[in-house]
Amino acid sequence: MSHEPQTITLRGRCVVPGISEGEALVTRQQISGWGGIDSRTGTIVETRHELRGVSFAGKVLVFSGAKGSSGWSNAFHLTRTFGVSPAAMLFNEMTTKVALGAVVTRAPCVTDFDHDPLDLIETGDWVKVDADRGIVEITKRSKPK
Amino acid sequence: MQLTDEEKAMLDGQQGPAIQKAMDLLVRYGNALNAERLVETNNIVASVSATTPFMRDFAKQNGGMDAVFSQFSLDSDEVVRIPKIKAFTTHTQLGFDPAQAARMGVDEETVHFYRKGEAFTTGLGIQATNTCTPYQVGNIPTRGEHCAWMESSAVIYCNSVLGARTNTEGRESVGAAMLTQRIPYWGYHLDENRLGTHLIEVATPVESTADWGLLGYWIGDKVQEKVPVITGSGIGKTPNLARLKHFGASASSSGGVEMYHIVGITPEAMSLEQAFGHHKPQEVFRFDAKEKADILERLNSTGQDRKVDYVMLGCPHYSMEQLWELTQLIEGRKVHADCELWIFTPRSTKALCDQNGFTRIIEEAGGHILSDSCSAMSRAMPKGTRVVAMDSAKQSHYLPAILGVQAWFGSTADCVEAACTGQWQGGLK
Repeated sequence: MSHEPQTITLRGRCVVPGISEGEALVTRQQISGWGGIDSRTGTIVETRHELRGVSFAGKVLVFSGAKGSSGWSNAFHLTRTFGVSPAAMLFNEMTTKVALGAVVTRAPCVTDFDHDPLDLIETGDWVKVDADRGIVEITKRSKPK
Repeated sequence: MQLTDEEKAMLDGQQGPAIQKAMDLLVRYGNALNAERLVETNNIVASVSATTPFMRDFAKQNGGMDAVFSQFSLDSDEVVRIPKIKAFTTHTQLGFDPAQAARMGVDEETVHFYRKGEAFTTGLGIQATNTCTPYQVGNIPTRGEHCAWMESSAVIYCNSVLGARTNTEGRESVGAAMLTQRIPYWGYHLDENRLGTHLIEVATPVESTADWGLLGYWIGDKVQEKVPVITGSGIGKTPNLARLKHFGASASSSGGVEMYHIVGITPEAMSLEQAFGHHKPQEVFRFDAKEKADILERLNSTGQDRKVDYVMLGCPHYSMEQLWELTQLIEGRKVHADCELWIFTPRSTKALCDQNGFTRIIEEAGGHILSDSCSAMSRAMPKGTRVVAMDSAKQSHYLPAILGVQAWFGSTADCVEAACTGQWQGGLK
């Protein structure tokens, strides 16, 4: 492996327009809204979740999709109200929960990728999201020597 | 997304600012889904309630209930005046029962704010049914009717048992739908997405309401959000409303099931061929006696102490038939001094219980009928509760996580026995 920063580009479909960037927070597990996150801190609180106790505030949240209660959209809506929403969202499985949740969170959001973002993005990578054009640019975090 | 002329007029603001905001949200939401168009709906199940101190302060600081509705039901930062709704709408369950706030530990100020909110929402034309089971209190869509419902246990009942069509909607999309009579034409509104994907063979008898709850909990875990088709020799008598209510509620909590078929019973599955259409089952799962015992053990994994402090019935909200059965089990008996029994049911069913004398029978035994809420929604339990017994797999799934209690799941008779003796003695018979 080279120690030079490596850049990868993904192409997908715009869910919520906008441009932003941030550090990636990645999980292969689905995320619950109501009962699964603390909307005041943007922290995952679900008992058996691998990201339990981790906040997605200001991060580019990369996840498989949404699960759980119909309160999903409201729980994410409130993260915007409290100023702790993700900088952007990238996901694979489209549902009404995640679509509406992304819309009301108003963070740039992309899905339907040409390559699986869960295979290519790791927590800590720097990710630029141009949702208007459906382009995601990943700069791999340089590996510790 | 394609819009009709009427929808374009709404988006242009020709029907006023609230409807313009509503249509703007539906267009953003429809585009996010990649829906081709919207569909007309005149049947909404919605939450617009404000029962928390946060909502009270938000209303105070931003312009009253119009501000709460603009932000949290239309995703609009601009406060618009909300006109009367256009589509038939019933309200989901709330954060507490305003008639029994003290019992649930809710202060007077919160109740006062709730009453103001309720006056606002009923003034818009929203029906204060306040239940997770709208289909028990008069909101019963017909087969094929396009709906926009919240509440996962109601969504699965609407699609599967009634054959009406809805996705799992959220607070903002139903807010927009009640003002425009529109919702994105996507997901379970389309024939193709209603066909079965997985086959479930039931090889052990599934008879009681608790059995159906267990089966649903097991299936949700297996198929997640796919469309299971259930068949097999274990399905004997046609399940009644309560059995399918508990089955769907648990399948939509352990997984995200929004639609299922039971061959020969549910309306889009008169045969196995009809249930699957041109699909082939992606996987086949078999529910036998061992699977049944294992899933019960998993559901009871938090249960340690046999001494029960609290018995909660009514998740989803108890049916008229279940309340009648309960009176037969409990009449003439007494709830143990160290235990409490709370039963949750819709407001109008509670009124019927008052009329029938059921309330008197249950209160004489020392139990309490509450409406509008449940322990998971309200986070309210009798003081000092450590161990809860329930006949709902869904509530047994949620309560240990939400309130940190131990949960026992069993039949209604097991729960009544626990309430009257203060001891859990349930289990597979």
